[in-house]
Amino acid sequence: MEVKLRIRRFNPEKDQKPYWGEYTLTDVEPTDSVLELLNRVKWEQDGTLTLRRSCAHGVCGSDAMRINGRNRLACTTLLQAIDASKVIQIEPILGLKVIKDLVTDFEAFFEHYRSVMPYFVPATPVPSNGRERYQSQADRARFDDTTKCILCACCTTSCPSFWASGQYVGPAAIVNAHRFIFDSRDGATNQRLNILAEPDGVWRCRTIFNCTPACPREIEVTRAIGEVKLAIQQGAR
Amino acid sequence: MHIHQFDAVVVGAGGAGMMAALYASRGARTAVISKLYPTRSHTGTAQGGIGASLGNLEEDRWEWHAFDTVKGGDYLSDQNAAKVLAQEAIEAVIELEWMGLPFDRNDDGTISQRRFGGHTNNETKKPVRRACHSADRTGHMILQTLYQNCIKENVNFFDEFHAVDLIMNGDRPAGVVAVSIDTGELHIFHAKAITFATGGWGRMWSTTSNAHTLTGDGPAMFWRNGLPLQDMEFFQFHPTGLYPLGVLITEGVRGEGGVLINDRGERFMERYAPTIKDLASRDVVSRAIYLEVREKRGIKGKEYVYMDVRPETVNRYLAEAGESRRIDADYVRAKLPDIMDFCKIYAGVDPVESPIPIAPTAHYAMGGIPTNIHAQVIRDGKETVIPGLYAAGEVACVSVHGANRLGTNSLTDLIVFGRKAGQQMADYCRHADFVPLPDNPAGAIEAELERIRSSKGKQRPYDIRKKLRSEMMDKVGVFRQEDMMAEALETIRQLKEDYRNDLAVDDQGRRFNTDLLEAWELGCLLDIAEVTAACALERKESRGAHSREDYPKRDDVNYLAHTMVYPEGDGLRIAYDRPVDLSLGHEPKERVY
Ligand SMILES: Cc1cc2nc3c(=O)[nH]c(=O)nc-3n(C[C@H](O)[C@H](O)[C@H](O)COP(=O)(O)OP(=O)(O)OC[C@H]3O[C@@H](n4cnc5c(N)ncnc54)[C@H](O)[C@@H]3O)c2cc1C
Ligand code: FES
Repeated sequence: MEVKLRIRRFNPEKDQKPYWGEYTLTDVEPTDSVLELLNRVKWEQDGTLTLRRSCAHGVCGSDAMRINGRNRLACTTLLQAIDASKVIQIEPILGLKVIKDLVTDFEAFFEHYRSVMPYFVPATPVPSNGRERYQSQADRARFDDTTKCILCACCTTSCPSFWASGQYVGPAAIVNAHRFIFDSRDGATNQRLNILAEPDGVWRCRTIFNCTPACPREIEVTRAIGEVKLAIQQGAR
Repeated sequence: MHIHQFDAVVVGAGGAGMMAALYASRGARTAVISKLYPTRSHTGTAQGGIGASLGNLEEDRWEWHAFDTVKGGDYLSDQNAAKVLAQEAIEAVIELEWMGLPFDRNDDGTISQRRFGGHTNNETKKPVRRACHSADRTGHMILQTLYQNCIKENVNFFDEFHAVDLIMNGDRPAGVVAVSIDTGELHIFHAKAITFATGGWGRMWSTTSNAHTLTGDGPAMFWRNGLPLQDMEFFQFHPTGLYPLGVLITEGVRGEGGVLINDRGERFMERYAPTIKDLASRDVVSRAIYLEVREKRGIKGKEYVYMDVRPETVNRYLAEAGESRRIDADYVRAKLPDIMDFCKIYAGVDPVESPIPIAPTAHYAMGGIPTNIHAQVIRDGKETVIPGLYAAGEVACVSVHGANRLGTNSLTDLIVFGRKAGQQMADYCRHADFVPLPDNPAGAIEAELERIRSSKGKQRPYDIRKKLRSEMMDKVGVFRQEDMMAEALETIRQLKEDYRNDLAVDDQGRRFNTDLLEAWELGCLLDIAEVTAACALERKESRGAHSREDYPKRDDVNYLAHTMVYPEGDGLRIAYDRPVDLSLGHEPKERVY
């Protein structure tokens, strides 16, 4: 089949402002991913088209973009899963500065991530027998959902609160804080909750719920944020 | 030109690179250069597990792990290296847990372990549970945990810096040249000690489990600086890539009880590996699938077979084997959640209801930059060390994996030898001085990048790459023979000519010029494809992943040695001058599973 792509283009060395580029591809299969189509445009028609990609199967988090108005990973979005009958519209994710075409500046995103202590702070010294710390299956399951995050920014850049203020730490950072707050082995819960109780922390979340359907890893993002809010209200664990 | 000075520089931020960086940072001013944001590295895609004989569920010993590694490697593994790997695996995995890695747990709270191909109890010969895992996202958890710890310890990252050259001053390393992808500017990193941890190069073949970015930059940079590579003909085809894309479906599926089935409904591995069947080592299983397909027993006569992990199938075979364990759909979903997703997204198949279509996929480089067990790079078969230069992870050839890597041993390798590289760098920097930068250290690479940027020939990098990849797939793949490989070599040399003289690059800009960098990566693939094909042609025996139809037997008289390949003028020289270490006393035997 034939498909048409409408891609938001911007080259900082040439363009004053972004514009739409239109491309037609033939011999497309419904099982092709949007990433394959973008690669074909780049490889067969216009090598200047710029995007990030690596793993090509939804694990590395490189290729978050807005496809027909929704944040998705290009590599896990097959044509058969979207409306490809007219044109497929592809834009960079919103709320981060565009560097070139579909590539946005992730520095601010990672800075928010780093601000929530996204690392393990052990509650107890290492076991004296030199073996692993024990954890029950139930305790391990408690934070399983938020371990899945691949830092693609689909959630954060779908959030109107983040669009309104880039100072908001955003859903992805909260998800990564949640992963440690609810890990029974961790001892820095209070510090993280204090960070997230700040004005640019969880309370900027208005429960608009865009983030959950945006997550390509099917993390229940809004629920994780809700659990952090509750933990702050209830005081320390 | 920007010049930075660090005691230690690590190129690559996958599992090996970050492990090295964590350790180096404790004793030396360290920078990590990575063309990807660290968490985008391909380590994050590793699924099934990391091997260590913790013995959490049944008896296991590091000696068995070491022997399985050597046998899996078809006796080309260095036994001193296998010993280090197997012994240190235990504390390495525990260290990951201490860093916060969320492993799956057993009922008693210890780290959960599962079966994997080629891992056995050496006494009973039965499969043993050695693969420590976190669902089917073990690599993701390792990558995240290491990145988190790097943040905690304030490691310096230069993210989206693409290394394009190693700077040598005479025979000593002095630094690295990298392009800042965002600005397009060149940066020189002047360093006392350098570790390369750039990962593999599966993109050389048309069907692969590897990321677009795995293009062999590391070995190409070494090669272009006159340094040898080792065992390049040994590249693993994983038996179970999702057909037709090649996305990996972990061996953990078979570890949980999944079986391979041909068009007649037969569990054909019973014929090829009577004892451990579907859990034989990867080279054996990949060849079996090819043979089934060749005998027209592929599904519907096509080039794939089924992997069946439907609970009724698994339970039937468990019962047949006299095992008491039974599984249900929820168990499969809990243990293999990502696999469920991949199958649904890319093949429209729900594995608890229908079998998964699979075929071999290019997966793992056993060969690479020659190192010793301290992760030091060596320059010849006499173990001559290049002071200050290290390599770890998939890019390195210690060699632990020999002619065929066992599943779960790469992640172990990253942690064990990444850590060694880091420790070594920290020690080395304490007493070593900077090797001065040579004159105009980035001159040659700058000229080469300008040539590519302004090239106005007729062939798009993509066209050349596509030809290269299908040539390698058809002629230097699972089964090999003289005339085919000779043809491939000729084609590759022609493609190299085209790359030099007739390349067409569209993007002439500076900023985020991925057209340019992809073309540069293609140059790396071409260089090391030539080396790979030449080494494969020269080794006239079958061993592990290198399987020659014209020489179907292993030949220990002539080839029980590592292939060292040296650049010479415009060509290369192959010598079998690095002996295999046999210090554990495992004499080569016929491999039966
Ligand atoms: C799908 C899949 C599943 C796997 N499952 C398992 C498993 O279950 N168990 C197991 O043991 N092994 C598994 N493996 C193998 C294992 O994951 C890899 O061998 C291993 O992760 C490689 O790690 P690494 O650190 O060497 O390289 P990578 O993780 O690939 O990292 C390479 C790094 O180098 C950087 N880099 C590369 N070139 C340049 C350059 N020119 N300039 C700057 N930076 C550069 C990249 O940015 C990246 O950070 C699997 C592999 C795949 C593909
Ligand atoms: S390319 Fe890795 S997530 Fe899409």
